[in-house]
Amino acid sequence: MKLELSRVVQGCRLGVLTGLGRAGQHSLEVPGCLLYTRCGSVPHLTQDTLHTLKNLPSVTQLTLDTLAEHQEVLEEFKEGAGKFAGLHDTVLYCSLHDPATSSPTGHITNKTVSVWGSGGRIALSVAKFMALQKAVRPDLYHSMADGETWPGNVSRKRVRKSVDRTLAHLDECLLLHHRTQELAGVEVLGVVEGGDVLEERVRSARETAKRPVGGFCLDGFHSAAMDQNLRTQLIATTVKELPEDKPRLLQGVGRPDHVLSCVEVGVDLFEGFFPFQVTERGCALIFAFDIATDPEAAGTGPQAPPTARCVPEAPVDSRIVGELDDDKPEADVVENNGPGYQEDQTKMTPFEINLKDKRYRDDFGPLVEGCGCYCCRNHQRAYLHHLLMTNELLAGVLLMLHNTAHYCAFFTALRVALASDRLEHLKKRVLMGQARG
Amino acid sequence: MAAPILREAELDIGMSLKKAVSTVSPLALRILAECPVTKARACDLTLPHCTVNTPVFMPVGTQGTMKGITVDQLDELGCQICLGNTYHLGMRPGPELIEKANGLHGFMNWKRNLLTDSGGFQMVSLVELSEVTEEGVKFKSPYDGKEILLSPEQSIAIQNSLGSDIMMQLDDVVSSTVSGPRVEEAMWRSIRWLDRCIGANKNPDRQNLFAIIQGGLSAELRKTCLDEMTKRDVPGFAIGGLSGGEEKDDFWRMVTLSTDHLPRQKPRYLMGVGYAVDLVVCVALGCDMFDCVFPTRTARFGSALVPWGSLTITKKQFAKDPQPIDPDCQCPTCLRHSRAYLHALFKSDTAAMHHITIHNISYQLTLMRSVRQSIIDGCFPDFVRTFMKRMFPSPEQYPSWAVDALATVSITLE
Repeated sequence: MKLELSRVVQGCRLGVLTGLGRAGQHSLEVPGCLLYTRCGSVPHLTQDTLHTLKNLPSVTQLTLDTLAEHQEVLEEFKEGAGKFAGLHDTVLYCSLHDPATSSPTGHITNKTVSVWGSGGRIALSVAKFMALQKAVRPDLYHSMADGETWPGNVSRKRVRKSVDRTLAHLDECLLLHHRTQELAGVEVLGVVEGGDVLEERVRSARETAKRPVGGFCLDGFHSAAMDQNLRTQLIATTVKELPEDKPRLLQGVGRPDHVLSCVEVGVDLFEGFFPFQVTERGCALIFAFDIATDPEAAGTGPQAPPTARCVPEAPVDSRIVGELDDDKPEADVVENNGPGYQEDQTKMTPFEINLKDKRYRDDFGPLVEGCGCYCCRNHQRAYLHHLLMTNELLAGVLLMLHNTAHYCAFFTALRVALASDRLEHLKKRVLMGQARG
Repeated sequence: MAAPILREAELDIGMSLKKAVSTVSPLALRILAECPVTKARACDLTLPHCTVNTPVFMPVGTQGTMKGITVDQLDELGCQICLGNTYHLGMRPGPELIEKANGLHGFMNWKRNLLTDSGGFQMVSLVELSEVTEEGVKFKSPYDGKEILLSPEQSIAIQNSLGSDIMMQLDDVVSSTVSGPRVEEAMWRSIRWLDRCIGANKNPDRQNLFAIIQGGLSAELRKTCLDEMTKRDVPGFAIGGLSGGEEKDDFWRMVTLSTDHLPRQKPRYLMGVGYAVDLVVCVALGCDMFDCVFPTRTARFGSALVPWGSLTITKKQFAKDPQPIDPDCQCPTCLRHSRAYLHALFKSDTAAMHHITIHNISYQLTLMRSVRQSIIDGCFPDFVRTFMKRMFPSPEQYPSWAVDALATVSITLE
């Protein structure tokens, strides 16, 4: 796996990740996103419906949250989760958690992390975690990590512990990795933790970069956990510790405005779960990202300052500058971290429209005029409204198709904008043209 | 599609085009083969949107969608006609909206044929507070509690708005387990309502109206209904009031009595039948068209149809089974996925249901295509024997009603 950067514009890294897959025949353009799945399937979609979409990401994300309970089945199957799920010709990336669902916290110990399958909690030691990787047989995966560092009432000590544990897990994973024949040629991404404590972020990045990893996962920055300004400041400082020539994957961040700011501070890859969340609330992505024409000349109406509509202004957490923190007493084995900053994951963002709204009852237009996805080529907003009002399964299918297509096209537009020095155009377009559906 | 059919009809009858448009139905039935032993037949039924190869199973897309399957997927499975339910669509989104969307075809973007029911059956079966009078079916809307009357004229008006290729008359539906004077009343009323429906059809040039034979489980009432309804010049007939929990022995006798008296040159639709054995037996008894929610409904509970019955994919025994649902099946699900994967996926995502729905629709359509081919090839009785052998572990397990019914059309099972 090799990251070839063609240019860096305003902090944004444009390039190609090559040599992906066991035979090294795949590549992925950055900035980019992965294809989100649960149990190896893009939610709601069969392979036939999925492949009505062109230009899908070349890397598919699998999660242990949805696969761990099938460990025994996968071990007997012997050919990996990709073949098990009928996935062909795609690179498989395996992560610990499903980014679209938040698991209960408070089940992490020094030796284990937990995932949540349909049958409840499954505790993973490093040995079990690695046995799962062996059964799943991804092309790349991130090492086991303690990511429970939500700000608010998480102590500095707890954050430090998460960094220490994650580094220890990484070393153990790497040791087992190199001893496992079945994982030869598989890439390991190291996980950078550190919550909202700057020096812990720096330490985690610096230490992880010393290990033989193929790239980095930035954890604990997910939308529910952190305010966007704090996130970008922390990331900007953290990535300074990471080598230029290795990819950086940001976990748990998907909103287009967040994606844009994080790309500007040097993030390369995102998980593709956002379209799924939008689908689950009965919404469709409609935000504009075309930069063929000048946004100001295109008659898109009055402009609002970018932050006014999409990012709630919040003060930067004072802890970032190193305020003395209290050392709360902690349970020795199991900690229970309550939620701190929490963004409601079910809440609409300004990048989408709610098709359940009465106004779409007799709207015979497509979701997005000119969109080439299966849904927009074949169906009208009024039909989607009807499917949602009657709880029909096809609503999820059609929305997932459109939202996935729209989100992937946004990343393509972002790369085009970077290649042609039109990032500012794109940003204006994305941030001001929200929800005009 | 409609124009050439009309021309054909016009030549046959030798009428002027103008007259043809006003009186000849947009339907042509060409009988390709009749089984020399049984009453089975293979036909090409030409309807406004495409020709339907019969015998045919019609999947049910109640609310203008086939349960998570896209119209392209349904088309690729070879489906030439599917159902929409007038009651549901009349309630939500309503006929006015669908009419604005260029009918149900436009609304759901389905390029093949559609059949709509009258709405009467759902009203009686789903809505507790319904009352049948000579005027129509009175019921309370489950959405806003408003009292609504569904008359024959209104049922047809809604179906005219939906623009289906085949519309069903509003009939007075009585449960097949009821007997006595109510059954006779319902039969006569259904005949009167048929006449009102015929008179109410605004689009006889592009929408076919089918009559529904009633009469409960009484041979006498069925016969009277058949005599009366076949006097009307309707493009097709349905056999109604069955498949509602009656004894199978009563069921098949009413079916075969009906096909004995229905005109040979018109299609025969047996309503609400969809189990594989029932389909094969009733084809032998002379039926051309079938519909049932069973294959798609059962799929959502994880039940996959196979030539030897069904597999409940959610059962633990399939957790490590690397085979496809049916190793001989060529559907997109069986070509790609194992029972083990479908079992696992059922725990995480609705796509598991879609995979099985696709398989089950494919199973039904493939079964009917094989039935049709065997009729054309002149070996339908052998097909039936092979089918039964595969479906049941031993002849002792053949349902006696099926053995009896097949015996009346000279198929003996060993």
